[in-house]
Amino acid sequence: MKNLWTWLFAGILLTVPFWLQDQYFLHIVITTGIFIIGAMSLNLLLGFTGQLSLGHIAFFGIGAYASALTSLGFDIPIFGDFRIVHEPWSPVIGVLVGTLVAGLCGYIVGKLSFKIRGAYFVIVTISFAEVVRLVALNWVDLTQGPLALSNIPPIGFTMPVVGEVVFWKKVPNYYLVLGLGFIAYVLIARIVHSRMGRAMIALRENEPLATSVGINVTRYLVFAAVVSAALAGAAGGLYAHYIRIIDPDIFLFIYTVTMVIMVVTGGKGTLAGPIVGGLIFGVLPVGLRSVAAPEVQWIVYGIVMILIIFFLPRGIVPAVCSWWHRKTGSVPGHVRLSGELASDNDDGANLQESQFVPGKFSTLRGR
Amino acid sequence: MDQLLQHIANALILGGTYALLGIGLTLILGIMKVVNFTHGELYAFGGFMGYFFATSLGWNFFVAIAMAIMLGVLLGACIERVLLRRMRGADIDSTMIVMIGCWIALQNIALLIWGGVAKSVSTPFPTEPLVIGSVSISWLRIFVLGAALLLILATYILINRSQLGKAMRATFQDRETASLMGININLIYTMTFALGSGLAAAAGALLGPVFVVTTTMGNMAALKAFAIVILGGLGSIPGALIGGFILAFAEELGASYVSSGYRDAMGFILIILVLMFKPTGLFYVRGERIG
Amino acid sequence: MTKAMGSKKPILSIKHVAVHFGGLVAISDMTFNVNEGELVSLIGPNGAGKTTAFNVVTGYLRPTNGEVHFRGMPIHDLKPHEVADAGLVRTFQKTSLFTSNTVFENVLTGLHRHGSASAWATLLSLPHVRREEARLRQTVWEILDFIGIAEYANELGSALPYGAQRLLGVAVALAANPSLLLLDEPASGMNPSETADFMHLLGKIRALGISILLVEHDMPLVMGVSDRIVVLNYGKIIADAPPVEIQQNPEVISAYLGHGVKHA
Repeated sequence: MKNLWTWLFAGILLTVPFWLQDQYFLHIVITTGIFIIGAMSLNLLLGFTGQLSLGHIAFFGIGAYASALTSLGFDIPIFGDFRIVHEPWSPVIGVLVGTLVAGLCGYIVGKLSFKIRGAYFVIVTISFAEVVRLVALNWVDLTQGPLALSNIPPIGFTMPVVGEVVFWKKVPNYYLVLGLGFIAYVLIARIVHSRMGRAMIALRENEPLATSVGINVTRYLVFAAVVSAALAGAAGGLYAHYIRIIDPDIFLFIYTVTMVIMVVTGGKGTLAGPIVGGLIFGVLPVGLRSVAAPEVQWIVYGIVMILIIFFLPRGIVPAVCSWWHRKTGSVPGHVRLSGELASDNDDGANLQESQFVPGKFSTLRGR
Repeated sequence: MDQLLQHIANALILGGTYALLGIGLTLILGIMKVVNFTHGELYAFGGFMGYFFATSLGWNFFVAIAMAIMLGVLLGACIERVLLRRMRGADIDSTMIVMIGCWIALQNIALLIWGGVAKSVSTPFPTEPLVIGSVSISWLRIFVLGAALLLILATYILINRSQLGKAMRATFQDRETASLMGININLIYTMTFALGSGLAAAAGALLGPVFVVTTTMGNMAALKAFAIVILGGLGSIPGALIGGFILAFAEELGASYVSSGYRDAMGFILIILVLMFKPTGLFYVRGERIG
Repeated sequence: MTKAMGSKKPILSIKHVAVHFGGLVAISDMTFNVNEGELVSLIGPNGAGKTTAFNVVTGYLRPTNGEVHFRGMPIHDLKPHEVADAGLVRTFQKTSLFTSNTVFENVLTGLHRHGSASAWATLLSLPHVRREEARLRQTVWEILDFIGIAEYANELGSALPYGAQRLLGVAVALAANPSLLLLDEPASGMNPSETADFMHLLGKIRALGISILLVEHDMPLVMGVSDRIVVLNYGKIIADAPPVEIQQNPEVISAYLGHGVKHA
């Protein structure tokens, strides 16, 4: 069932620019899409690994600034007369740089999270994002401070036959974002369904048990943080080249909050959760905009958040899945390679003697 | 040198109110283990209530401050009763989200009511400052420091000398045992949150007249409160007291000798440094664990 | 009972381990060995320090004094996952599961050490990664059959009857490929029929060549499966001998019956 819906959804997404002609709504869809990628990356760290990282927007913003600065070039004084000069590079390289720099920051946060846990870690991550914001605000030589980095070039590259291809318009940017979204989804899905994902989930569920079977806490926390941060940085890079002007407000805590809302209300620890949450909280503003003032909108979000936690504590996607399973009576299960479901075996005891082949088990043990 | 003394004087006054803010949060975080994102909004609420009673209604300034504190206590109690009690057994992220939702709602309600323009609060103090040597302090600030210290003392007595305080400390040490001994945990939690909120409101009501009252003043205050709690160690009132002063000094001195733009960053940098080298805070209270 | 008495080479060697918590002495001086292929039981009144001993051996606690060696290698300074990597795997006294996972997924997670796919290979979903996954999944079934809980494969671990949950804990530990298995009260809460099945299971595990250190309160079980019994009381070893001798040891008898059972 899940696979059919997924493919259908992906197909619909591919056709959006053909039926959504209104440029304003397309713009909303693009920015929402970018935020959904941010939410998906946050979900990897918050939902699957259980790390309460509330500084996520920092990775996004760092990716944006790094990408913008790489493609704009800069010339800044360091320690008096010594200057660092960087010539503008292609925006595509910029996004890659943004991804790498954000990933590096993720590495630092990952290492930190091992030493500092729980509520303390929450506070540290919030502080980290605030410090980055204040640096962006005050290091005017590099970032232009509150005056904003503007005239950021759009994504573009040179192709053999066609020549220069530059993404000025909304439609190509939409497909760019969609492309990154697909990549992000596939990467995250692969991680989650792999041995690494199991290790991350194990750390979230029961850390002492996880370490007792050989799972290295630091390694997987760091890995989750790096991938999470890098994806957010990539999304930030795309954002910079789409909006083409960024200022330190990009680091405001409220944007982390938005992503957290998307993840938690959609369903943390599920693949579809951030997407569902993202659609709701990306689209809701648009619906409410004509009816109510911004303050009223935010009051509505606040109340909606609280209500979802009260009544659908695991999020919307798990609630819908449980409802579906109850209705159809189906239960997802693990199937033996021979095709029988585990529940087909009535007589477990006899099976032990007849099916167990010592050789099979012990070859795996002879490492 | 003169400048230094002036900075020290300013830092002392700021520190007193920061301590109020921090003590309120450390109680809530320590006893209830809730990452209280609404703490900043209670601070702003206190500021606005002070403005409302003293300036809009023209009441006596000191009565206005007292009203602001009492209403803060009441608001805190309501929040706990309506939102937090339901979340008692839930995991920490869900509780966090509820608190964030409340924070968003409160701030925007304030925006709707008061608008985005900063408000200044009228005070009965003479505008001529008191001058001692090269240091000049306004009478308002002297009152603020005095009131803050008084409230801190009152809180200390409440926590350490009263029945309620004893029950709160028992709950902090070991919730299960406290409950088995007949302590009404529900009541303790409501009282703790109300008290903590009241202290935040007090800090807002006192600092409002010193600076201005805005709807976003709570955001920075909240983050600074967290910094103070971490500096001082979770659940430690002396820790929050000292932490408040440390932060104030770091800000005052950092702003003048490093760069004023980074003034607000001082708190966060301190947090990150402290947690990296001493993850339990500067003053470790035995028996406390978090996370 | 005919059992292959292992060679006298120690696989686990605990020397003068002491554990102090502030002023409290949990273990004062503990010394004993587990030899290759043996099943040694560690018994003692409640609060004598048995789980603390497990925590020290498996890296969850640093000993205040003393050393622990595994196959000649010092392990008292290692982190828990490093100890598991060396081949020493433990279970937990209170039932410990990955609560949001099914029985199948619990054991699959336990197979962590069997996998070696790198991050890049995983992200690219290379063929050898998928083959490894299939192999691991097949192994889960083998383990579930071996332990006897295959019928529960698709249930949530937390939904199992208590006895089955304890077995699941053993299955997860077994998945981690131990040379030495430390079982912390695995049969607690089992009825006599389940306990008899469990004794049979212990025999099967030993037949795979795994040495076992067992902490248990169920005396018939202990007497029935152990090559040797080590008795811990007041933080010290007071006896270390085969079951027959332990039953007649006056110190042991008084520790359990004479001076009452001390609860820490």
